[in-house]
Amino acid sequence: MLKVEAIIRQEKVNDVKNALSNAGFLGITVYDVKGRGRQKGYVLNFRGREMRVDLIAKTKIELVIDDKALDEVIKIIRENAVTGNIGDGKIFVSPVLDVIRIRTGDRGKEAI
Amino acid sequence: MPIDTGDTAWLLASSALVLIMTPGLAFFYGGLVRKKNANAIIMQCFACILLVSTVWVLYGYSMAFGPDVGGFVGNLDWAGLNGVGLEPNEGYAATVPHQAFMIFQAMFAIITPALIIGAIADRMKFSAFLIFLLLWATFVYNPIAHWVWAIGGWVRGLGALDFAGGTVVHINAGAAALVGALYLGKRRGFGKDPMLPHNVPFVVLGTALLWFGWFGFNAGSALASGGLATSAFVVTHTATAVAGLTWLIISWLHKGNPSLIGACTGAVAGLVAITPASGFVGPLASIAIGAGAGAFCYAAVQYKNKKGFDDALDVWAVHGIGGTWGALATGIFAEKAINAAGNNGLLFGNAAQMIPQIIGVAATWGYSMVVSFILLVIINKTIGLRVKPEEEAVGLDLGQHAEEAYVD
Repeated sequence: MLKVEAIIRQEKVNDVKNALSNAGFLGITVYDVKGRGRQKGYVLNFRGREMRVDLIAKTKIELVIDDKALDEVIKIIRENAVTGNIGDGKIFVSPVLDVIRIRTGDRGKEAI
Repeated sequence: MPIDTGDTAWLLASSALVLIMTPGLAFFYGGLVRKKNANAIIMQCFACILLVSTVWVLYGYSMAFGPDVGGFVGNLDWAGLNGVGLEPNEGYAATVPHQAFMIFQAMFAIITPALIIGAIADRMKFSAFLIFLLLWATFVYNPIAHWVWAIGGWVRGLGALDFAGGTVVHINAGAAALVGALYLGKRRGFGKDPMLPHNVPFVVLGTALLWFGWFGFNAGSALASGGLATSAFVVTHTATAVAGLTWLIISWLHKGNPSLIGACTGAVAGLVAITPASGFVGPLASIAIGAGAGAFCYAAVQYKNKKGFDDALDVWAVHGIGGTWGALATGIFAEKAINAAGNNGLLFGNAAQMIPQIIGVAATWGYSMVVSFILLVIINKTIGLRVKPEEEAVGLDLGQHAEEAYVD
């Protein structure tokens, strides 16, 4: 089992979410996050005073999947989150030791 | 007649009350949009105060209320408030300084274009908006205000009754809103992405400020302190409460939930509908007008949702339809016993009053839609109306203003 964490543009979250659910990946967790990558931030202007904001608001989508689904999930996320500009985000993949469904006590793949 | 201090005090207080409606509207609209566009829509409302106030003194008041040219518009004799001094103008308001009447009218000229903003929310360039605002205030608001309210105006000459601006303010803005929403096209992602109101308490705050300010709008339109102002105050309050209650109940029965935004929208619909009638009808008539406003405007919102055009914050349904109902209801429920300067309506044996009411409504719809459309096309063909798609995606606060409503 793998955990996929995708940090994407806020305005792309609906497209990614809908595409994932259409492909059968219903369970996701979504966070509002802030961070910095190569996009570096932007300049705001309050009462004539410029301020650099270098932590940019992004959305993180997290889901746990079977190893075999990884390529499909990555494809779905990339297709729906890409604009081609700097700041489209990143996908991190890491192993998951176990999953437990709290209601039933199911473990492992059954519980995803 | 000499200046009456009570009348002057009430009209100046009313002017301040009507001014606060525009920031109130900004909160109403600001709460209804997504948080990435909150500053931008509040900014558009605020810009109406800044720009319209300036041009109102320069030439706007003269175009709207100055010496008549063919029943259509005022000439520029009063430009720069030339001759508009501290002595009363007997024709408009005989007991207050002319400048008090002028500044009261300025507040109406400010809020009318601000109402349109709800229809074109979240997708118009601020530069294009400012140009539209200037042209619309000049070529749509000023002439229609002249037709209906100015000495020599042709709609006023027909005997049409519009106490505080059902045609001039609400139908006028609602008609322009419909054209604007259709011509600009839908917001990006409309019908696909959830576009939820980002702050419902702001909507309630805005509604409260509108309701509060509307006492100046309607009761102030008596242009005097006393019986007529009191009557207008009472029917304004009553119709608003009834309309909010009506909307609440209808939407509850229809959708299964009693919605706070619905109750607020219904109250605004009631304020709109009672506006033209407020100086001519009694308390029981105001209950009928409020109930009609809640029901008709609710139906109009459902119709819009079914048709799928993106009048984002329902300006057409609330102001266009609410204003039309109010203008026609004035012709139904008006009675001379309330205001001797008015007339009796349909229910009081004068069915003929419906004719000037209908002509006033139709002329306002027609002129506002046609001229608004022409202005939008001109701006679109020159500098363009819409923001870039990526600006719309990231939100107008950052895209247009580099200033976010919520930074942390």
